[in-house]
Amino acid sequence: MSEQIINSPCGVKGTIGFYPGCSLKGSSSEYAQSVLAVAKAFDIELQEIQDWNCCGSTAAHNLNKELALSLSARILALSEKQGLTEVVVPCAACYNRLTVTQHELNNDAALKQRVCDIIDMPIKGNLQILNVMQMIDKYVADRLEEKVTTPFGHKVACYYGCLLVRPHNILQFDRLEDPQSMDILMKRSGAEPIEWGFKTECCGAGFSVSRTDVVAKLSGNIVKDAADRGAEAIIVACPMCQSNLDMRRPQINEYLKQKIDIPVIYITQAIGLAVGLSPKEVGLQKHFVPAQFA
Amino acid sequence: MSKIGVFICHCGENISATVDCERVAAEAGKMDGVEFATDYKYMCSDPGQTLIKNAIKEKGLTGVVVGACSPRMHEPTFRKACAEAGLNPYLCEMSNLREHCSWVHEKNEQTTEKAIDLVKMLVEKVKKNKPLNAIKVPITKKALVIGGGIAGIQAALDIANAGQQVIMVEKEPSIGGHMSQLSETFPTLDCSQCILTPRMVEVAQHPNITLYTYAELEHLDGFIGNFKATIRLKAKSVDYKLCTGCGACTTKCPNKKIPSEFNEGLGMRTAIYTPFPQAVPNKPVIDRANCTYYQKGKCKVCEKVCPTGAIQYDLPDQFITEDIGAVVIATGFNVLKTDFFPEYGYGKYADVLTGLQFERLASASGPTLGEIRRPSDGKVPKKIVFIACSGSRDPAKGIPYCSKICCMYTAKHAMLYQHKVHDGESYVFYMDIRAGGKNYEEFVRRAIEDDGVNYIRGRVARIYEKDGKYIVKGADTLLGSKPVEIEADMVVLATAGVSNPGAEELAQKMHVSYDAYKFFAEAHPKLKPVETNTAGIFLCGACQAPKDIPETVGMASGAAAKVIGLFSNNELTREPLIAVVNRSAPPVFSTCVGCFMCQTACPYNAIEREEIKGRDGSVIKTVAKVNPGLCQGCGTCVAFCRSKAIDIQGFSNEQMFAEVMALMNE
Repeated sequence: MSEQIINSPCGVKGTIGFYPGCSLKGSSSEYAQSVLAVAKAFDIELQEIQDWNCCGSTAAHNLNKELALSLSARILALSEKQGLTEVVVPCAACYNRLTVTQHELNNDAALKQRVCDIIDMPIKGNLQILNVMQMIDKYVADRLEEKVTTPFGHKVACYYGCLLVRPHNILQFDRLEDPQSMDILMKRSGAEPIEWGFKTECCGAGFSVSRTDVVAKLSGNIVKDAADRGAEAIIVACPMCQSNLDMRRPQINEYLKQKIDIPVIYITQAIGLAVGLSPKEVGLQKHFVPAQFA
Repeated sequence: MSKIGVFICHCGENISATVDCERVAAEAGKMDGVEFATDYKYMCSDPGQTLIKNAIKEKGLTGVVVGACSPRMHEPTFRKACAEAGLNPYLCEMSNLREHCSWVHEKNEQTTEKAIDLVKMLVEKVKKNKPLNAIKVPITKKALVIGGGIAGIQAALDIANAGQQVIMVEKEPSIGGHMSQLSETFPTLDCSQCILTPRMVEVAQHPNITLYTYAELEHLDGFIGNFKATIRLKAKSVDYKLCTGCGACTTKCPNKKIPSEFNEGLGMRTAIYTPFPQAVPNKPVIDRANCTYYQKGKCKVCEKVCPTGAIQYDLPDQFITEDIGAVVIATGFNVLKTDFFPEYGYGKYADVLTGLQFERLASASGPTLGEIRRPSDGKVPKKIVFIACSGSRDPAKGIPYCSKICCMYTAKHAMLYQHKVHDGESYVFYMDIRAGGKNYEEFVRRAIEDDGVNYIRGRVARIYEKDGKYIVKGADTLLGSKPVEIEADMVVLATAGVSNPGAEELAQKMHVSYDAYKFFAEAHPKLKPVETNTAGIFLCGACQAPKDIPETVGMASGAAAKVIGLFSNNELTREPLIAVVNRSAPPVFSTCVGCFMCQTACPYNAIEREEIKGRDGSVIKTVAKVNPGLCQGCGTCVAFCRSKAIDIQGFSNEQMFAEVMALMNE
C-alpha cells in the first residue's frame, strides 16, 4: 500500500477558500462543523466563498450541460474574484462538479467563452480544488501523527463512494478502483482500516427519495460487508453516502433482515476525535445511528 | 536539351478525388524541357507502365517524372519500367502527389496548384540527374535468429535445412519460449511439450545451427548482407564443456525459494538451475542475483558437489562478434500481470491468476503436476471463473487492441478444467467470442455444448475476497444487463498480450521501427508482413503482434523463406545513392581539403582516408573517400563538408537547389 496520497498537490499556506455547498448547510451540517473544527485544529484558515450558489449537482448536468457548467463556473469565478487560488470542497458531488467544470472549460475555449458570457464573469481556470483528504495531506501531512492525542483505535471501513475518484482522468485523485487516501489518513490517526470489497460501490445516491428500496439494497450490501469484516465504523467523505448509509438504516436493516448498528461518520469527525476534539465539537451527536467511541 | 516525360497517376481516386490530374498533366506539358505529359488512372499497372515505356522509346525521353504515390511504394516499379525501355533507371524520379498532397488536403484549386509545383520541382531535378549504376556487394550467408521460442525455432530450422548457417541467440538459459510453458494446445488439445521439445532438440543438434543461450544481442552494425553482430554471452558460471547436466548442483543448492519464471511464480527454483527438466541445453546456470555465494561471499555448495569441476564462479560476461547477412527477430511477447488490474485486486489475491499461470497449473510438468489446485491452500477449486479481455479491447484502462489468442485459450482452459474437475463449475465472462481459424469455432462450441462451460456475455466490474471465496461481480448483457455475482474459488484473467520489456531497446539497437505498443513494425501490413523497414532484418511471431502457434509458425517459415531467398544470390545489388567525394584533374585532384570532419560525422564509419600520390610515390594530398559498401546515403557528411567536396549521388546539392529554385522562380 502506497503511503502517499496520489497526485495531491503541494504548496504554501495562505487563506484557502471554502465551498460548503447545500448539503453542508443543511442535512450534513455536522460535516461542515467537523471540517471547520479540524481546519482550526491544524491552523488552516478557511474563508467561505461569498455569494456562492448551488453546484448544479446531479440534476443540472442531466438536463442542461451549459446550465450545469455555468452554475459551477460561477463558483469558480467568484473564488478567483475573491483572490483565492485554492478552495476546499468537502462534498464529493460538489468537488466532482467543480473539478469537471474547470477541466471542461480549460479544454474548450469556445465553451469557456460561452459560459463566461452566461455568468458575466471572467474565469482564469487555474484554481486548485481540494477535497478534505487533499487538504489534510497538503497542509498537515506527516504532522498528523504528532497531533494525534487520542488515537482513533478502531477497525474502520473507508468508504469512498463513486464521485470522489471518478472520472479518474479528470480528477487525477487517488487510485481508481482501490483508493487509499482515506485509509492512509485513518491509519495515521490510529485507526485500523480493513480490506473490503465495497470501497467505491454505489450507495444508491439520489434514489434515496424515489426508490428507497434500491438504496436499501445497494447501501445494505455496503454496510453488511463492512460489518461482516468487523468494522466498527464506516468512514465517509460524502454527505450523500453518509445520509444513505445512516438515515436509511431502518430500511437497510429491513432489507438485510439483520440489525446492524455500525455508525457512519465523516473522516473529519474521526480525525477530529483523534486530535482531541470533543464529540460535540465535531457534531457526532447528529447521526441517526448513534456514534459513540469510547 | 532535355526531353522530359511527365506521367500523372490518378491512383484510382486516391489522387484524382482532390487533385485535377488532367490539369496537372496539361500544365506539366508546358514546362520548360518537358517533351511529353499525360495522366492515367493506374500508372503502376501494366498498361500504365507500357505507356511510360512507349513514350521513352517514341519520344526519345532523357528523363521521366512520375507524379503518383510515395517513392517508398513504387519507385522501384517505375525505375524498372524505364530500364526496360532503355533509359537509365536513375533518370526516373517520383513526385509524391498522394501522401504529400491529395491525402492531406481538401479538394480545391490550391491543392491542384500544389501538385503542379511538386511536379515542377521534380522536372527541374531530373534535368540534373546523371545515369548511375547499381552497386554490387557480397553477401555473408549466415543468419542471426534472435529468440528461441517457437517462432525462432521454426525460422532457424527452415533456414538451416535449406543449407544455410544460423546463429540463434536466446536470453534465457533454455530455448522453448512461452510454448514450452503451455499445457495443451487448441484446437486439438495436443500436448505442447510433446510437439515442441523434439524441435528444441533438433535445433541443438543441427550441424548448421550455432546456439547461444543466456545470450543477448549487444550491437548490430552494417547493412543487408553484411551485418556485424556483437553478442553478449552472459556468464553462466558453469563450464558447459565440463558439465554433464547430472543435476547434483541443482538438488543440493540451499537457496530453494526463488519464484520460478518458468512456472510463472507458482513454483520455486534454486539459485543454480535449469528452467525445466526438458530444457535445451539441459545444463544449469547460476542466477547471480539470488546466489548466496555471489551475494554473501560464501556457500559454494554447487562447486563441492559437482563431479566434473564445471562450476566456475569468476567467469565474466563474454562478447563475440559474428559476421552475418540477415537477421530474424523472433523475440516474442509477454502478458500483463494480475497487478495491472485494480478492479480485480491489484494482484493481491493468490487465486486470481493469469492465463499463463493457469497453463502451468494445468501442465503435467507444472508445480501441481497437472492438477488444478489453488495456490493459496492447495484445494481443488469447485467453481472457477475465467475473464476474457482482461485489459484487451479497453482503450480507457488497458490496451485498445484485441490480443487475439485469449478467446481460444480461455475456451481451452475451461475445457481442461472440466476434464480435470468433473464436479466443477466453470464460467467464462466474454465480450465477443473471436474464434476465427480452422476448427476454432467448433472448439469453442465443444467447450460450451459438450463440456458444459457457462458462457456469460458481459464484463466483470470487481472481484473481492470474502470468507475464502472470490466474489466476482459482473453483468449478463444478454439478459438485459442483469447483475451476476459468482462466488468463485479461483479466477483466471485472460490478460492482454503485450510487447516484451526490452523490445524498444532492441528495436533501437537494430534500427527497426516499432508501433505505439512497442511491437515491431512490419514493412507493409499486407504485402510485407515479415519484412521490417530495414533491409535484411525480418520478423516473425508475437514480437510483431499477439498471435497463436499456427500463425507464428507460418510467419516464421515466411521469414525463413525471405532469408533463404536473399542467400540464394552471391551478390547483392544496392542502390548507388551514396556519398562520393569529388575528384578533378591535377593540380587540384579534389576540392576536399582533408579536414576529415566528415569522418567524425559519419554514423556508419564509411569514410576512409586516401592518399593521392605523385609518380615518384610521394604523397601530394590526403583526401576523404567513401566506402560504397558501408555508406547508407544519409547525407550527414554533405552537411558537414566545408569545401562542398561531398555530394550524394542522385541527391546532389545541384539537384536539391534546382528543386528549390523551381519553387522560387514563380
